[in-house]
Amino acid sequence: MARFAARRLVGMILVLFAISVIVFAIFNVIPNSDPAVRMAGKTADAQLIENVRKEWGFDDSLPQQYMTTMKKIFTGDLISYTERANVDEKIVEGVPQTFSLCIGAAVIWMFFGILFGYLSAVRAGGWLDRVLTVVSVAGISIPVVWLGVILLNFFCYKLELFPTGGYVGFTEDPVQWAYHLILPWLTLAFISVGFYSRVLRSNMLDAMSEDYVRTARAKGLSERRVMTRHVLRNSLIPIVTLFGLDFGATLGGGAILTEAVFGLEGIGQYAFEATTNLDLPPVMAITLFGAFFIVFFNALVDIAYAYLDPRVRLGTSAQ
Amino acid sequence: MALEPSLEPSLPGAGEAGFPPAPAGVSAEGRGPWSLAFRRLLRNRVALAFGALFVLIVAFVLAAPLWANDVAHTGPNATHTTEKISVDGERREVVNLEGVPIGPVYLGADGKFFLGADGGLGRDEMVRLMYGGRTSLFVGIVAALITTVLATLLGLIAGYYRGWADAVISRSMDVIWAFPVLLLGIALGTALAVGGLKIGPLSLSSGSIWIPILIIGFVYVPYMGRAVRGEVLALREKEFVEAAVAQGAGPLRVMFGELLPNLSTTIIVFFTLNIANSMLLEAGLSFLGAGVQPPNSSWGTMLAEGFEQITSAPQLAIIPGTMILLTVLAANVFGDGVRDALDPKSKVRLEARAGKVEPEGTAV
Repeated sequence: MARFAARRLVGMILVLFAISVIVFAIFNVIPNSDPAVRMAGKTADAQLIENVRKEWGFDDSLPQQYMTTMKKIFTGDLISYTERANVDEKIVEGVPQTFSLCIGAAVIWMFFGILFGYLSAVRAGGWLDRVLTVVSVAGISIPVVWLGVILLNFFCYKLELFPTGGYVGFTEDPVQWAYHLILPWLTLAFISVGFYSRVLRSNMLDAMSEDYVRTARAKGLSERRVMTRHVLRNSLIPIVTLFGLDFGATLGGGAILTEAVFGLEGIGQYAFEATTNLDLPPVMAITLFGAFFIVFFNALVDIAYAYLDPRVRLGTSAQ
Repeated sequence: MALEPSLEPSLPGAGEAGFPPAPAGVSAEGRGPWSLAFRRLLRNRVALAFGALFVLIVAFVLAAPLWANDVAHTGPNATHTTEKISVDGERREVVNLEGVPIGPVYLGADGKFFLGADGGLGRDEMVRLMYGGRTSLFVGIVAALITTVLATLLGLIAGYYRGWADAVISRSMDVIWAFPVLLLGIALGTALAVGGLKIGPLSLSSGSIWIPILIIGFVYVPYMGRAVRGEVLALREKEFVEAAVAQGAGPLRVMFGELLPNLSTTIIVFFTLNIANSMLLEAGLSFLGAGVQPPNSSWGTMLAEGFEQITSAPQLAIIPGTMILLTVLAANVFGDGVRDALDPKSKVRLEARAGKVEPEGTAV
C-alpha cells in the first residue's frame, strides 16, 4: 500500500513538472512576444529595453529562466510582468472566492445528484426518471455562459431577486455571502446534477439485483432500510470517486467561465486577465496550482481505490 | 433482433454462428451488423428527431448567403448605425440615441433585421447568426475530425506496439489530461493569437480560424485516445489478429486492415460527441477572447459581445447561446442514439461522455 502511494506521488510530481515546462515553453516560443519590449513601453529605446531585459533576467538561457521562475513560485517572490504585483499574494486573494464557488456548487450537485438518483432508481421508469434523463443530457450540452446569462437576465434584471455579481466574505456576513453566490452555485452545479443522478441510478439498479439485497429483504428489513443501508451505500463508491475527479477539475480551472459571467474575482479570473496580457508568471503559477488540484485528487482517488480494492494495488486490474 | 425467424433451410454462407438465417427473398447474405444498426437507429424516434435538428441547423447556416443577399440585403459586417427602417409602416431607428439596438422585428421589415440589430454598430443579427454559425460548426466539425484522427492513430500505435511507444504516448496524454482544459486552451489561444504559428512550411497568421481549431482538436485527444488504446489492447489478443499475423501481415496491415475496422463503432460514437465537446469549448474560449478572433465571428464571439449588453439587449447573448445549446444537444442525443444502435450493450454510456473518465475498477 505504501509503495503504491509512493509510486503515485512520484508520478504526480513528474506530471506537474511536465506541465510547468509546457506552460513555460508555450510562452517562450511565441514570436513577437518579447516581454522586455512590452514592459519597456511604447516609447522605449533600445537601451531601456536592454536594461529591462537584464533586470528581469530575460537574457539568461531558457533553462536558467525556467529555474528562476520555479524557484520564485515556491518562495513566494514571483512578480507579474504587467502589474508588477506579487503573484502568490494575488492567488491567495482569489482563493476565497474560487473555493466558496466550487465548494458551494459541489455541495449542491452532490446533494441533489444523490437525492434525484436515489428517487429515480427507487421509481425507475417513473416521471422523475424520465425528467432526469433529459436534465442529464441538457447538463452536458448547455454552454455555461448561456445558463449564466439566462439566470442573470431573469432573476437579476427582470425579477431583481438577486444581486448581479460581487462577492461578500463569509466571515463578514454569511447570509449575504450565500445570497451573492446562489446563482453562480446553481450555474456550476447544474452541469453535474443530472449526470451524477444518472450514474447513481444505474449503480443502484445494478446493486438491487445483488444477493445481499435479497438477503436483507429476507431478513425482513423494511424496504426503505434495504434501499438506504444496503443499496445506496454500496452504490455511492463510484459517485465519490467521480466527485474526487470532478472537484479537482473544478478547482483547477473548471470554474473560469462561471467566475467570468458572475464577475467573481477568483483565481480563474486572474488567470484569464494574466493570459490576455501575456503575463507569464501568473499563468505559470495558476496553471500549476490548478493542475496540482487535478493531479492531487486523481491520486487521492487512485489511492482510495487501491485501499478498497487490492487488485488495483497489485496491478492485476483490467486496463 | 430485427430478424424474423425463417422456415427456409439456411443457405450456405447465410448468417454467422448464432444468427438465424435471413428471411427468404430479402437477402441471401443475411443482414450485416451495419444494416442491423441502421434499422435500430430508424426505430429510435428521439435520436432521429435530434439528428434532423442537426441537419436543419447545418442547412440554416449554409443558407446564410441566400438570406443575406435575397432577404436581408446586407452582409454580416455591414453597419447600419444611423439608418431607419420601416417596421409595419412605422419608422424606427436601427440603433437609438442611447445606443440600444432594435429588437427582433421578425417579418415586420420584409426580413430585414429579422432578429434585430447587434448593438452599437447596427449589424443585422440574423445575418450574423447565420454566418457565425458557419464558423462555429466548421470549428466544431473540423476540430472533432482532428481529435478523432489523432486519437485513433495514437491509440492504435500505443495499443499495438505497447512497450516504450505506449509509455510515451500514454504519459503524454496523462499530462495533457491533467492540464486544466480551459487554462491550456486560453494559454495556447492567447499566445498564438499574438504571434501566429510557424511550424516548418505550415504558417498561420495570428487571426486565423485554424488556431482555435488546432487547439480544440488537440486538447481533447487524450479523452478519446485513452479509450481507443484500451480497446486496441483488448482487440490485439483476439484470434483474428493472430490469424492475420500467421498469414504474414505486417504491423501496418494488422493495425489498419484488422484493428481499425473493429474500432469503427468507437470512432463513430466519439466523433459525434467530439463535435459537441468542441463546440462547447469553442464557445468558452471565444467568450474569454482566446478562441475565434475578429474579423471572424462565431456563436461564441457573438455570445461574448452580447454579454456586454446584457442589461439593454439580453437577446443578443441568448440567441447565439441558444443556437450553441441546440446544436450541441442535437449532436449529443443523436450520438447517443447511434451508440445504442451500433452497440446496444455498450458500456460507454451517456455518463462516460462528459469527459469523465472511469477510474480503474469502477463498476459504473
